Amino acid sequence: MVKKNILPNKQGRFGKYGGRFVAETLVPALEDLSKEYYKVKTNKDFKKEIDNDLKHFVGRPSPLDFAKRWTKKLGGAQIYLKREDLNHTGAHKINNTVGQILLAKRMKKSRVIAETGAGQHGVATATVAARHGLECVVYMGEEDIKRQSLNVFRMKLLGAKVVPVSSGSKTLKDAMNEAMRDWVTNVDSTYYIIGSVAGPHPYPEIVRDFNSVVGREVQAQSKKLFKKDPDLLVACVGGGSNAMGLFYPFLNKKKVKLIGVEAGGLGLSTGKHAAPLNAGSEGVLHGMRTYLMQDKGGQILETHSISAGLDYPGVGPEHSWLKDSGRAQYVVAKDNEALRAFKELTVVEGIMPALETSHALAYVRKIAPKMKKNKIIVVNISGRGDKDIDAVAKIEGIKL
Amino acid sequence: MSRIKRTFSSLQEQGKQALIAYLVAGVPNVESTVSLMHLMIDKGVDILELGVAFSDPMSEGPLIQKAHEKALTNNVTIKEVLYIVKKFRKKDNHTPVVLMGYTNPFEAMGVDKFCSRAAAVGIDGLLLVDMPFEESSEFYKAATSRNIDIIRLVAPTTNKARVKEICLNATGYIYYISLKGITGAASFNPRDVKEKVKTLKRSTNLPIAIGFGIKNGAMVRKIRNVADGVVVGSALVEIISGKKNRIKRDLSNKLNELVSAL
Repeated sequence: MVKKNILPNKQGRFGKYGGRFVAETLVPALEDLSKEYYKVKTNKDFKKEIDNDLKHFVGRPSPLDFAKRWTKKLGGAQIYLKREDLNHTGAHKINNTVGQILLAKRMKKSRVIAETGAGQHGVATATVAARHGLECVVYMGEEDIKRQSLNVFRMKLLGAKVVPVSSGSKTLKDAMNEAMRDWVTNVDSTYYIIGSVAGPHPYPEIVRDFNSVVGREVQAQSKKLFKKDPDLLVACVGGGSNAMGLFYPFLNKKKVKLIGVEAGGLGLSTGKHAAPLNAGSEGVLHGMRTYLMQDKGGQILETHSISAGLDYPGVGPEHSWLKDSGRAQYVVAKDNEALRAFKELTVVEGIMPALETSHALAYVRKIAPKMKKNKIIVVNISGRGDKDIDAVAKIEGIKL
Repeated sequence: MSRIKRTFSSLQEQGKQALIAYLVAGVPNVESTVSLMHLMIDKGVDILELGVAFSDPMSEGPLIQKAHEKALTNNVTIKEVLYIVKKFRKKDNHTPVVLMGYTNPFEAMGVDKFCSRAAAVGIDGLLLVDMPFEESSEFYKAATSRNIDIIRLVAPTTNKARVKEICLNATGYIYYISLKGITGAASFNPRDVKEKVKTLKRSTNLPIAIGFGIKNGAMVRKIRNVADGVVVGSALVEIISGKKNRIKRDLSNKLNELVSAL
């Protein structure tokens, strides 16, 4: 049984997953971070400071919006959209960075670094760094820089330095390697703002906690709107922070079904995907034990997804635990299914979702018609699609 | 007595320090790795650290990262590394060989299976960069029960309490990281290193080797007699990754320079 507030344990483990697999140089920094975090986790002043930023800077609470026409079109369960796309900077990622920048300041760090895939976490980090006047360096794979040029320019406008990463697959995992290398070199002055519920302990816990404002709001909004909890929560899973944020407050509510949607890419049988929970195996990467995409020899495989934000061979350790314990289920949506859902939500609801989010929507398209009309689905609209317009145009063969 | 212990105690008797050389297994290819290992010993290297390639070597600088990539392009992973050591042992049964790498490929083979094969081919130690002692009870048991030493890292950031714990959980020798950073990084402060190693000696009777950022004779001289050994990696990997017809000559010159500085 999953008990709230018990996991992770002291070693940062969710069952056998998680932990702290890093070079010795970083262990003391992670211990310091844990100490600081546990000191403030239940501190009222700290909570007040974050709540204030979430309200006035991020614009929370985000609405829980009924997708009236889409519900009618699909002809089954009622679909509600948790509008994280309406947050400042356009995604759920800011929920985490407003919290972590306060930790950085409390720890007297003058410089923050981050890794980014789609660029949303990079933008969210650059944004809070600008607001607090801290130096900011963002590591981004060369491949992703090409796919997400708009976000690269946004980060630069915000005063951040964007460092292209040309090693390995030139995507998110390599950006994370490079950020770790920076951190180990500048560990005294620098705070590493990890953007997902991934990495060594205590990051999976910190990022989950800061994002769980999403689930808490959904809980309160559901009570008000339908006098009960939703029947099904759906979110896309790359590293898994928007899903964890939505799921976490509901872990003890067994009647609420939890579904995470991984990037199926060109299909699981092609090997070109980013679905470690569906097609991977246990291993150790980026400081954590979790499900990974790897070959027989334990080398990490290159991933493929239409969305840069899901293009990652690992997943947050708590998701691995939720999968094994059966509390959550994980499915896949392929590139073309995500693209279809992207277009459908745009024309039917006037909401253009991020390609990452579109994976969750692709699953909703499949499942909603099979559910009774009195059932309620909440899907996390984790980000808006503006950043993907170039990529979508390119797929369509349109020059902008 | 283990090869590592024998090597250090015989060097200590002569008042000498160990020269520990790092190279990535499979660069430029499997066969040359074996002959380069022999060449290194001929030139005065005392202990070999054989790098096992990983797709995501988080603690490595650009030179060693590229070597890992090259080894993987050559399809060299743990099985091939075991073959390399087996072949090396046919001619050399006294030089300690330590494998250095990242947890995942070793686990993929299976901890017990790896350790029993490693013991069979004559591997003396294991250094897993991303596995602090808290995470390594399974490896520790499987390795030390087969007389494979678990080499641990101590960093400039490691506090006294942790140093004690690490030393209690280490065998073979302690690897002191000279700087905050990645392999092949710019420079370290010899005074800081001396200070740290001095305190480290109070916590352990194990030999101490200093590594990271040691590239040439001049740098070796700066920390001469501070510890029981020095590790040179990136500077050698750079030569081995260079033009093939110059590897032997350049490597010999570099090792002459390092040996004469010790």
